[in-house]
This record gives sequence, C-alpha cells and structure tokens, in this order.
Amino acid sequence: MKGGNTTYDKIWDDHVVEELPDGTARLLIDRKLVYEAGSVQVFRGIRAAGRSIPNPERVLAVPDHVLPTHDRSPEALAGMPALLLEELERNSRDFGIEHIPLFDERQGIAHVVGPEQGFTLPGTTIVCHDSHTATHGAFGALAFGVGASEFEHIMVTQTLLQRRSDTMRIGFDGVAPAWIGGKDLILAAIGTIGARGGTGYAIEFAGEAIAALSMEGRMTMCNMAIEAGARVGLIAPDETTYRWLNGRPKAPKGAMWEQALAYWRTLPSGRDARFDREVLLDVSALAPQVTWGTSPEHVVGIDGRVPDPKDAGDAAQADAWTRALDYMGLAPGTAMADVAVSRVFIGSCTNSRIEDLRSAAAVLKGRKIADGVHAFVSPGSGLVKKQAEAEGLDRIFTEAGFEWRLPGCSMCFGGPFDSLKPGERCASTSNRNFENRQGRDGRTHLVSPAMAAAAAVTGRLADVRDYL
Amino acid sequence: MTPFTTLRAVAAPLPIANISTDDIFPGPGATGLPAGMSFSDPAKMGPNAFAVMRWNADGSPRPDFILNRSPWDTAQIIVARDNFGCGSSREHAVWCMAAIGMRCVIAPSFGDIFYGNCFKNGMLPVRLPVEQVERLLSLTAAPETATLNVDLTAQTVIDAGGGVHRFEVDAYRRDLLLNGLDEIEASLRAGPLIEAHDAAYCARRPWLRADTA
Ligand code: SF4
Repeated sequence: MKGGNTTYDKIWDDHVVEELPDGTARLLIDRKLVYEAGSVQVFRGIRAAGRSIPNPERVLAVPDHVLPTHDRSPEALAGMPALLLEELERNSRDFGIEHIPLFDERQGIAHVVGPEQGFTLPGTTIVCHDSHTATHGAFGALAFGVGASEFEHIMVTQTLLQRRSDTMRIGFDGVAPAWIGGKDLILAAIGTIGARGGTGYAIEFAGEAIAALSMEGRMTMCNMAIEAGARVGLIAPDETTYRWLNGRPKAPKGAMWEQALAYWRTLPSGRDARFDREVLLDVSALAPQVTWGTSPEHVVGIDGRVPDPKDAGDAAQADAWTRALDYMGLAPGTAMADVAVSRVFIGSCTNSRIEDLRSAAAVLKGRKIADGVHAFVSPGSGLVKKQAEAEGLDRIFTEAGFEWRLPGCSMCFGGPFDSLKPGERCASTSNRNFENRQGRDGRTHLVSPAMAAAAAVTGRLADVRDYL
Repeated sequence: MTPFTTLRAVAAPLPIANISTDDIFPGPGATGLPAGMSFSDPAKMGPNAFAVMRWNADGSPRPDFILNRSPWDTAQIIVARDNFGCGSSREHAVWCMAAIGMRCVIAPSFGDIFYGNCFKNGMLPVRLPVEQVERLLSLTAAPETATLNVDLTAQTVIDAGGGVHRFEVDAYRRDLLLNGLDEIEASLRAGPLIEAHDAAYCARRPWLRADTA
C-alpha cells in the first residue's frame, strides 16, 4: 500500500476496508445517488437475487435523464418517462430510499441536487451510475461514476473494489481574466493533457485560479475530469467550500458542523505532497475556449482557427482530426469566430447552476438572439430555477428569445425529446462533443454559458469579451 | 456469469481512436426509437450496437461497415485504437456488444468505466501496446488472417501470423472471469469486516450518520 499526503490519499485511506492480495482495495462508500434511467437494471438485479440494501438513508434518488423539459403534462410524460418515474418511485419506497419526485421543487440533475442539498460533503466517497459523478469532487470528495452492475454491487455491499490511482496535480497559475470561468479552465486542461491524459489518474486541480474560483466553477471543472479520462477529479475543500455548504438541508449543524469542519481542514494536500504527475498552466492570458471537433481535446481559443491535420503530432492524430473535420463540416484554417450556429443549449450538469445562468444573462440583457437561432436554457434544478426567477433572469432569457425550460438533462445527450437534426450546429454548455451525442449527425461546440449566450446573439461562435 | 477462459474467433478491426459509448450505444436522439431496438432489456440490445455506424437512417445496413461484412459479421472480438469506450458509464455499451456475441475487445487503452463494466458481463478487455494493436488491426482486416486466439489463463493473444502478445490483467478480476463468479456473492462474504469498518468509521465521522444527515 502506497499511502501519501495528498487529499486523494487521505480520503482513500479513511475508507479502505481491506486489501486483496493483488492490491485491489475494498472501499467503503458513504453516499449513493440514483436516477430513473439505468437504475431499472440495478433494482431488478437486487430483487432477482432477493438481496437487500443496507443503510438506505445513505441513498438519494432523483429523476433527471429521460424527462421532457418543455412540458410535464401527463401526455408529455406518457410512455417511457412515466414508466421510469413510476419504477423509481416504487423502488425507492420498497427499499426505504429518500426520493425527490418530479413535481418537487428540489428535482433536478442529480449532480446539481446532491451538492445543493448538502448530501455531498468533503471527505466522503460518493457514487452514482453516471459518469459525471466526478462533479462532487469539487467538495474534496472521492466521487466515482460507475456502471449499473458496479452500482448494484455497491448498493448491496456498501463497498467498491478498486485499485489506488496514481495522482496528478494540475496547477492553474495566475489570475483568470474577465469571462474566463471553470469551463474555460477545464477545456484548456483537457486540450493540454488530452482526452486520455488522465486515464488511471486521480486529478487534483489546484493553484491561484482555483483558490479564486466559485463552487459552481469548481463543479464544472471536476464534472469534466472524466472527459480527460480521469477516474476522479477533485479540489481540496477551503473556506469557499464551507461557506457554500453551511446551512444546506443535509449538511451537519451546530456542534456537528464544528466537528466536521475541524476534520475537513485536515484534508488539503500537504505542502510536501508528492504527485505522480504535475502539470502547470498559466491562465492569466487564457482566451475563452471552444471545441472545433468531436473530442473535448479538440479545443482552441475563440480567437484561434480550426487546425490542419498536416500539423498533427502523428499519423493517428492526423487521422482523428481528418475524421473530426469531416464530421463537423469544417475546413482547416477556418476562424472559429466565423462558424455559424443555429442552435444554442444552456444546461446540463456541467453548466446549469445559478452562476452559469447569471453569466449568460449578463450577456443577453438588453439583447436579442440572432434570426434563425433556436436557443433554450434548462436550469439544473427546481431550486436553481426558482432562484433565477427571483432574480428576474428568466425574463432576460425569454425577452432575448430563449425558451425557459424545466430542469433535467435535456439536450445534453440525444434523449428522446430534444436533439439536434442532421447537420445542425450547436453552441452547447454541456460536456461531450462526441459524434451523434446530441443527435444523429449533430455538430456540437462546447463552450461556457457566457460564450453560448454570445453565440446566440451573433448566430456565430463569438468572443464573449466583445460583449463586456 | 458466463466464464471466460479461451476464445478462438474472428476479430473485427475498427481502426478509430476514441470510440465512445455514444458510438457503441447511441441515445434515442441519434437512432430514434425504432422497433427492434431496446433501451431497457440487455438481451434485446443487439440492434442498438454501433447503430449509427451500422445502420442507415432508414434502418438498412451500411455495407461498408465492418460488422456488416463477411466474415466479420460473425466476429466475437473487436480490435480498436486508443481510448475505446470513453464517455458515459452506460453499461448498455457492454450489454449491446454482448448481445451481438462479442466477448473480447483489444485496444491500447480504454475508458475507465467501460473497462470495469466489461468484467461484470463476461467480456474481456485486453490492453496491448500500440504497435501490437496496429499489427492486429492490419492482420484482422484480411479475411484469411482475421481469426485470433485469446487465452485468459495464459494471458496471451495469438494472431494468425504466429505473433504472441502477452497482456496484463488484475488477478482478482481475472479469477472472477475465469470462474464466472458472482462478484456480489464474493463480496458479501466480507460482510462482517465491512460492518466493523463502517461502525468504526461512523464513530470517527459522526456527522455522516443518518440521524444528523
Ligand atoms: S446532464 Fe448530461 S452529462 Fe449530466 S448527468 Fe445528464 S446526461 Fe449525463
């Protein structure tokens, strides 16, 4: 057993139940998040084997994936959504799991709801049968996205079998310029280390720009650690974390809060902590980031151009770039700011929190979206929606020409309700620009919420810094 | 779970990097919800596998796609480039591959969650160095050299040119696969150990207990 003085190692060591002869560890899992799609098979498996779920109060269920965000009438929900919702409700009831139902104002995307409720806490281990569970690492937690079978194993045994990862620290030096947020920082990092640069690693984000970053921005970053291939993305807890958590419904209170706080303060990596890999990025002159291709590593500044496969590092990369350009319908050398878009999506577990909506609204205030652009925004949860409406953000969006939707995963993935049509090009605040991700032959450009708003206004990918 | 010991089968080359779980199991927005596809029953997910690459929008097969051509339409092995199975945790990606008879994937690297999901379903993911994968990609592209021998006991892949490629795999996962063991059953035997650890842990971190949560 390696052991160490990093945040990752400290939380890991606190949760090891046993080590198997080949070095695989059995980790105790503190928190489990469940959503409607994909949990069907989990509960079916548990029932079929006649097993039970110990400590069900450590589980929180909320529907988010396969839901219409434009309409929640019985007609709109008929079919698959209704069946999945019913099944989630029944499974939660039968196994004694707390369930936030569709028409509860707390409903939303699991990775928005968990932190919002204080279910996500520093120092804990958290799992969900969804890859973007990495989001919760923003609180200094070990958050693992797992498949359905793995999730079933964790629900029944309370443990996850895994080998200790190598550790990587990505340091972000300098003060981030105006309009540069978590989305730009993480896209720049993925551009630097590559979409499999983090494979096998637990990545800690650190440095001056992270210390200055809000919890929303930190969640955006850890959310996309998975897009670098990492098993875990995390940020050590600090005063920003504690301030954000204090008073949340499920966060500890009173003396318990003080006791927890004393422990949480021991979690940051020691000054002498050794990482297996260190990467440093200077962000002081970073331009807003935008993807041009079909992998999150296909990223440039908005003032940049579509690259030429002739300039690729090797034959395999040239091949991948050619394929991506073909799919995206882009020619090498095209200025990113010349690329026209007809769809804009603001939402997803990456960028649907209140700060995201505020920054998009700041760009949209007093402006209208371009002719021919279809834009909508789906707040990450009912509580985010309520807060945004209290601040009048919904009116800014609708007056600009956006649709103001209900909370859910919406057009982040090619769900049954919202997807791109063949050839449609979208500025999207979500996390994956894979081929066909948002719909068959749809073309996705990943950007921050402010950049998405600027694209909606101009009808092209646009530099939000021009909207200062 | 079906045990995996040795496999002699046709391998289909997919010389593409970053094949994502969205490629392997596209969402309904990419495929529609055509009859014949299933989004909930693993045994019926065969038609969903690689659907966009494999089928035209009207549901007819794309003749250029390798799995629609003989002898690769009987393939039980896939050979691909870097980062196979990157993306989401959807185990559907493994289920739909299993539903068309796949038992093994060979690539230089894998999406981490996909890699773990394979073992839960009797599917063996094999990591080999880039040069060896490139060799397998070119050999399996020809019908007469498309067959590979995979031996989990010896931890080798043998190609039709006589090349022997040794691979590494965690001993614990290997044992589960070789014996077709139920991992949950095995873990439940550690029950007393888990409970003891949990009790000590909850005493150490009392704010995490239910009554304060
Ligand atoms: S918003 Fe997108 S990435 Fe996030 S959980 Fe939903 S489908 Fe997955």
